[in-house]
Amino acid sequence: MLDSEVRQSLLQWLGQERFRDDQETLVTHSYDATPMLQSLPDAVVYPETTAEVQSILRLANEHRIPIVPRGAASNLCGGTVPVQGGIVVAMSRMNKLLELDTVNLTATVQPGLNTKKFHQEVERRGLFYPPDPSSMVISTLGGNIMEGAGGLRGLKYGTTKDYVIGLEAVLPSGEMIRTGGKLYKDVAGYDLTKLLVGSEGTLALITEATLKLLPAPGVRQTMLVAFADIYGAARSVSRIVGARIIPATLEIMDQATIRVVEDYNHIGLPTDVQAILLIEQDGQELEHVKKDMNDIKNICAAEGATDIRMAQDEVEAEQLMMARRSALSTLARISPTTILEDATVPRSAIADMILAINRIAEKYRVNICTFGHAGDGNLHPTCTTDARNEEEIHRVEEAFAEIFEEAISLGGTITGEHGVGTVKAPYLEWKVGNAGIDVMKGIKQVFDPAGIMNPGKIFAKSSRKRLVISK
Amino acid sequence: MSSPNPKVERVPSLLTLQQELTKQLDYNELMNCMRCGFCQPSCPTYQETGIEAASPRGRIALMKAVADGVMEPDESFRQQINLCLGCRACEPVCPSDVKYGQLLEQTKSVLFEQQLRSAKKNEQNEAADGSGYKSESNRPPNMKRLHKLVKPAFKSHNRMLSLSVLLEKYQRSGLQRYAAKKKLLRFLPDHFQTLERILPQADSQGVAKRVNASFLPAKGERIGTVGMFRGCIMDVLFTETNVNTVNLLRESGYDVVIPEAQGCCGALFSHSGDLETAREFAKKNIQAFAEAKVDYIASNAGGCGAMLIEYDYLLKDDAEWWAQAEHFSEQIKDISELLLRSERWKSIESIDEGLADQEHTSQSRANHAPQDTITYQDSCHLRNVMKAGRGPRQLLRLLPDLNYVELEGAEGCCGSAGIYNLLQPKMANDILDHKMGKVNETGASIILTSNPGCLLQMKIGVEREQAQDRLKVMHVVDYFAEKVMK
Repeated sequence: MLDSEVRQSLLQWLGQERFRDDQETLVTHSYDATPMLQSLPDAVVYPETTAEVQSILRLANEHRIPIVPRGAASNLCGGTVPVQGGIVVAMSRMNKLLELDTVNLTATVQPGLNTKKFHQEVERRGLFYPPDPSSMVISTLGGNIMEGAGGLRGLKYGTTKDYVIGLEAVLPSGEMIRTGGKLYKDVAGYDLTKLLVGSEGTLALITEATLKLLPAPGVRQTMLVAFADIYGAARSVSRIVGARIIPATLEIMDQATIRVVEDYNHIGLPTDVQAILLIEQDGQELEHVKKDMNDIKNICAAEGATDIRMAQDEVEAEQLMMARRSALSTLARISPTTILEDATVPRSAIADMILAINRIAEKYRVNICTFGHAGDGNLHPTCTTDARNEEEIHRVEEAFAEIFEEAISLGGTITGEHGVGTVKAPYLEWKVGNAGIDVMKGIKQVFDPAGIMNPGKIFAKSSRKRLVISK
Repeated sequence: MSSPNPKVERVPSLLTLQQELTKQLDYNELMNCMRCGFCQPSCPTYQETGIEAASPRGRIALMKAVADGVMEPDESFRQQINLCLGCRACEPVCPSDVKYGQLLEQTKSVLFEQQLRSAKKNEQNEAADGSGYKSESNRPPNMKRLHKLVKPAFKSHNRMLSLSVLLEKYQRSGLQRYAAKKKLLRFLPDHFQTLERILPQADSQGVAKRVNASFLPAKGERIGTVGMFRGCIMDVLFTETNVNTVNLLRESGYDVVIPEAQGCCGALFSHSGDLETAREFAKKNIQAFAEAKVDYIASNAGGCGAMLIEYDYLLKDDAEWWAQAEHFSEQIKDISELLLRSERWKSIESIDEGLADQEHTSQSRANHAPQDTITYQDSCHLRNVMKAGRGPRQLLRLLPDLNYVELEGAEGCCGSAGIYNLLQPKMANDILDHKMGKVNETGASIILTSNPGCLLQMKIGVEREQAQDRLKVMHVVDYFAEKVMK
């Protein structure tokens, strides 16, 4: 429960429509898409202006009340679960596309704007915003920025952090800062824009963002390649990029994933193969795209591809891409609980990593389906389990700890695009080390001395002991 | 289920309701929701409010919180459940295949029983809601009493026909005009007044009397026997549509049977939680069509069809009826699908006879044949439950010389949702007004639908826009019949 004085102030500023603390609202803001995590906030507010956000944060800071910024709550790291209660700041009413600047090729948006809607608006003008997280039908740009969201096009075009060039953000003190701008070059001091991207709401609350746009590629071709042998698929990935071809999309799905996806979508995927690659190339010239696709085809054939299919039209291409886009949620059909991770390794180590995941899954007797952005080394080992089975959940946790360990030992990381949140906080030290954690905590201290911004995220009370992996 | 002990009935407590919900809700199904939120873009009430609790993910979280004992199923909970249209647009987009409709029905059925028990209790304090949506339903009609009142009419088709005589008399005798002139209905809520104005002319004969037979042989090559599900309200207010349905089926090569013993599908009862009555009606229909020995059962109302096609689920725990119910469900087909199966409509000649010999270039068409610009509003239950949303579109595309414009957001509910527009007028009208904005963008002069509720709702939309001169609303069947039948 909020202090009655605080409650009164918020109610007075926002009215009862935009300040809510009834049971129904609290319950429906106690979760995000992360399994097995739920915690009630004390109140939910819906600001409409930067000034309101400033007042809310200043008040919360004075009273040491946790602030949890919330977009669509579709993240997978527990990023928007109010684990220490407090005020959830729902950004759904700050959802406007403020400007599309076709001279500077930038867009200025409010954080609550839906990612898919933004894509549609941008594409209508012949422009292109590449970050395309699988959750984009529901996710918000603010959420994408806070979690540093990736997507299927990361290999060629990078991720959200490569497109955010300016931010307006409110500090817990209530002060507002502006970073960057419509500038492709800007070295005035530390790069606070990049620092805030992926900060998971632990430093400041963003109220506006300036995003970089590209001219839309005119041509796109999509191909599906099946491999009887998963090694062949992994080797193809390395060889394609080794041949100086950077596909717009280079995705891998293992057999378990393929079977479930096909069962749900009925798009004619071959279910008897060990792996398929979904490959997309785009560009301005049909000739160049065709040549790339042809070279890729030859590489895959040389690596033992059993089936190579080129989408004949947009509809077919979209269907093939749908298969991959819905992989996570589709896996959810085969079990009550689905735990999805995003261990990431250098591209050259992708084959080793997939093999390690299979070995680890077998060791702990758990079912793990793997799919992901093979081109950029970002894999999604996904475990289908049941939260009610404590003994199995324990084995799942052990398996994932070992997967993270393996990823780091291959030169990778514990999370490529989901963020640390609460779920991976115990493993952060494995990746960044003691000194790394200290630097991060120091930065947090400067932004948020009272520690009200999304507490309990990124930094764990205690780090997990490292496992010793016998090779 | 009501308790046999009357003492328990008199002292309903929140705890009892909570326990009842915990018992009735399918916990596996609640667990199945992974809270990905993919349902939210498809949910009309979420799109209108932007409120998490007014979305499928939110409502499932509320149900689960109740089942987990985290939350009391209070008045606010009931209102949030009632605010759901039940359009089930969230189901086809759910990657985890959560059976939201079943969860909703389980919840409604418990709430319905509870309302019955607490009917004598005074009105509870209503939860205030700043959005103004839920407060609409602060004093909902006592559904149980309403059901008791209307059940006899729905139970017997003859009674429904006799009752409709009253409406017919009212409309034809000049009383309706008199009432309008003297503003006699001004004390009714606005939405009832609007409905009264747009209601079609009632026909107390019904389809069987109009075609003067209960069996009508196929024309041309026979391809099967179809049992005509005539509906209850459908048969009174849309008799012409039923007559056209029968004629089109015969023309397609089907023998048509109209079993006399059939009755209401039960949707009105099931959707408000009265599953007992729904089951009673289901058994009657299953029996009627089993005796008629048909290959398919034709439905021309998405709402009824969806109810009929789920009789297998409705009777899943009934050992005696389940197998028959499953067979019945398999036989249910939307009229569009049955027409599309026939070869008869594969090549429809141009309506404009003069064009027959000419070269069919778009140029010559534009010069000679005046084209209708039409658009189509989905019936949610036809699309999301019967999974036959493509049928009406395919059927319309068979017609030459018309300009079909897809309605943006056609897959979203129009706000009708059975009798939702009478129970939740504010939400229904907000949804409808947005819908009409999209209709205007199509430039269509005819809106087609495939369900009577949607048809009436779109008529209300036209009336609200004062667009009667430029916009017509028709059932797909009537439009198709008008174009192809001489």
